Amino acid sequence: MMQRLPVLVFALLMAAIPFVPGVPPFWIVLLDNIGLAALVAMGLVLLTGVGGLTSFGQAAFCGFGAYTTAVLTTTYGFSPWLTLPASLLVAGVAAVLLGLVTVRLSGHYLPLGTIAWGISLYYLFGKLEFLGRNDGISGIPPLSIGTLRMLDPGTIYFVIWTAVILSAVLSMNLLDSRTGRAIRALRRGHIAAEAFGVRTARAKLMVFIYAAVLAGLSGWLYAHFQRAANPTPFGPQAGIEYLFIAVVGGAGYVWGGVLGAAIVIILKEALQSYLPMLFGGQGQLELIVFGVLLVLLLQLAPTGVWPWLMSIWPLKRRDTRPDTTPTLPARPAPPASDGPLLQVKAARKQFGGVIAVNDVSFDVGAREIVALIGPNGAGKSTTFNLITGVLHASGGNVAIRGRDLGNAPPQDIVGLGIARTFQHVKLVPDMTVLENVAIGAHLRGHAGAIASMLRLDRADEAKLLAEATRQIDRVGLGDQIHQLAGSLSLGQQRIVEIARALCVDPSLLLLDEPAAGLRHLEKQRLADLLRQLKGGGMSVLLVEHDMGFVMNLADRIVVLDFGTKIAEGTPSEIKANPDVIKAYLGAVA
Amino acid sequence: MNTTILLFLLQDGVTNGAVYALLGLALVLVFAVTRVILIPQGEFITFGALTYATLSAGNMPGTAKLAMAMGVVAFLFDLFTARRSLHGKLILRSAALNLLLPLAILGLTMALAGKGTPIAINIALSLLITAAIGLYLYRIAFQPLAHTSVLVLLIASVGSHLALQGFGLVFFGAEGLRGPTISDAAVTIGPLRFTGQSIAVYCITIALIVGLWLFFGYTLYGKALRATAVNRLGARLVGIRTSLSGRIAFLLASVIGAVSGILIVPMTTLYYDTGFLIGLKGFIAAIIGGLVSYPLTAIAALVVGTVEAFSSFYASNFKEVIVFTLILPVLVLRSLAAPAAEEEKD
Repeated sequence: MMQRLPVLVFALLMAAIPFVPGVPPFWIVLLDNIGLAALVAMGLVLLTGVGGLTSFGQAAFCGFGAYTTAVLTTTYGFSPWLTLPASLLVAGVAAVLLGLVTVRLSGHYLPLGTIAWGISLYYLFGKLEFLGRNDGISGIPPLSIGTLRMLDPGTIYFVIWTAVILSAVLSMNLLDSRTGRAIRALRRGHIAAEAFGVRTARAKLMVFIYAAVLAGLSGWLYAHFQRAANPTPFGPQAGIEYLFIAVVGGAGYVWGGVLGAAIVIILKEALQSYLPMLFGGQGQLELIVFGVLLVLLLQLAPTGVWPWLMSIWPLKRRDTRPDTTPTLPARPAPPASDGPLLQVKAARKQFGGVIAVNDVSFDVGAREIVALIGPNGAGKSTTFNLITGVLHASGGNVAIRGRDLGNAPPQDIVGLGIARTFQHVKLVPDMTVLENVAIGAHLRGHAGAIASMLRLDRADEAKLLAEATRQIDRVGLGDQIHQLAGSLSLGQQRIVEIARALCVDPSLLLLDEPAAGLRHLEKQRLADLLRQLKGGGMSVLLVEHDMGFVMNLADRIVVLDFGTKIAEGTPSEIKANPDVIKAYLGAVA
Repeated sequence: MNTTILLFLLQDGVTNGAVYALLGLALVLVFAVTRVILIPQGEFITFGALTYATLSAGNMPGTAKLAMAMGVVAFLFDLFTARRSLHGKLILRSAALNLLLPLAILGLTMALAGKGTPIAINIALSLLITAAIGLYLYRIAFQPLAHTSVLVLLIASVGSHLALQGFGLVFFGAEGLRGPTISDAAVTIGPLRFTGQSIAVYCITIALIVGLWLFFGYTLYGKALRATAVNRLGARLVGIRTSLSGRIAFLLASVIGAVSGILIVPMTTLYYDTGFLIGLKGFIAAIIGGLVSYPLTAIAALVVGTVEAFSSFYASNFKEVIVFTLILPVLVLRSLAAPAAEEEKD
């Protein structure tokens, strides 16, 4: 409820503004424009700031929304309210088509791709006969309720700001949910998210569509506000400006979009009206000042104004510890079988001429801790990647309970109860420990995006958070539960990764150098935890360089050197093995 | 379609494509070295072209004053950055680069403007002025942001584009300008007439491409730039100043932009905001080239120019739509061919 109160206050404040005596009508027009821009910027916050997909093309989706209602109301005489679903649908369908192409692009291709189709659509709007070419469509009927026709900026104001506040609430709900965590994990790369079952391509497409639908809504409102639509406000310049708004406000924050819209639009208005007074009406001075201010702002506050504002805001949100009573159903016990849990059979991985893993075979049985050791570059992490589906083997195969994994993607493998940690920690640094760990339980929740937006996911969500809290307590980080993952020490971050993997309720836990960066006592605690997990029925496969840790813990050790298995056996056998000594210390002189 | 039209269109396309190739190369260069997606490239084009046209018309271009002003700001930035370790040599060096150089350019421009100087001098002055603006632009807008994400750099790039475009309007007005041709000679081969201007376009494009190739392949600075492009941290560790690499990249890009502008301004009227669209077509070529490959970018630019020429003949209304949609199948092919690699970014 702590989150709802400020929103309510803000909504009441916005509702009261038009009734304050003496507010110039011009301010209301400005606020209308701010609301329209805020809707688009909010979509960009989710898409760019949270999801990491930079789009310059959002203005084109506004165009889809605006032109859809323009054509339907003027040419076909539909009522404006009936065209709302049509506008959103057209924007959404356009987003699916463009998104299927765009979200597959990586790195800088993505923003550039959006510039390209943004410009292309802008010219298309200006050339098509039924969209009125460059003149656009005018005479769009106003919105009306009963006999109230929303002709003036003061009445449509309420529709616009209702839309803004509702969208903000829905967006915040979405971010604070199972789907939201998946979206927030996207920015840090695919591998970690996919290792816990997130369908990254689908999540990207979803957030792309969501942003487009918000832009379409803004376009629909714009068309009925201006009662005309022409290509200019849907062109590349506008697209750039929306992105700018999001960055100024704070691209990672829903309210940053609203704040950014207010800052930019008021600033532009002020520059347009006051600069000519100071310098005479020469040229587009506001463009120069606007551009210079933009560069200056980025140099001073690259993360935007909202986070800065929040850091000086005196009232901090109190985080409450999730209730740990709801439970998730445990993984159904596998049918008792005699075979090993994991079988790696002659697995091979070649990168060009380099053979990283050379026909390596080993098993991991039930309730067994197996260590994979070897000098740097021996192929240990590559073996992990082969088992978890991040890489596909060039030869041989990997089987779980006798079932060949083939080329199954990581999402399917984690579904079989194989959970992992990473040698280079892959947490989302600006998410709390709790949120990071809850990603581990992604596949054990079921609520979708729409349920999350409408807060129908709370029962599901409570179970996920309860499970995450239990696992955090189990690894001993209960006090850090609400800290940002990026603020923990590297050793603690590794432990967070273990808690996240435990949230999968795995039958096999793959740990890549879990003890690196831990202090002596922490290592002992970790060893105790792993023994306890083994006692609970779990198997562990770990890569580790700390020999003391490995020798005391592992039931069996597999030694790799240059991609080839050179030894396998109990710790005492390995300690005495001449090949192993040679690999680690060189030939005995 | 008859052969003459086909040949005409091809000729037109190759001429345009050559200019796009130059721009595409500059974009690739700047992106590789500084990670800046150089949207103000369009302004380098218009500044170069319109400065040249203004000088040829016997007027004083405002860009010279802009270069001076930006030099002063760059000097102040240098002083501010080094405020804790100021010493005479550093101040002198910065003053020479940021104050004396633009002052000399400004003085030269003021002395020569309106004296009916030959074309070659006008071109040289335009190049000097635009080069100085490019150099200071990097120092002021991008060097302080060099460590930030591509997105922040991109937004800064948009900001610089807006500001420079605003200056363009102040200096050159809303009216379009044309410059005099470099050469009035013409050669007729079969049905095709090659004007001196288009021949100059081909020659200069080829010369610049070869020049860049030599620069990157055989000079120490060129190799330092390539090293910075591959790995900034590694380059710094072996003693390459990445800020110097950034300056060189911007210098080259602004010169290339100005050259392209000067090459096209005799053939088509340029307005203060035309550069953006021309620059974007260079972008298309650069993207098709993957922002990494110079030869691929040059070839792609020729394709873009040719597609543009053909579509302006057969579907002139949809010329821009076709050119900018061209990129989509390419992007799809690229992303199918190379599945997204893991990226660590903030």
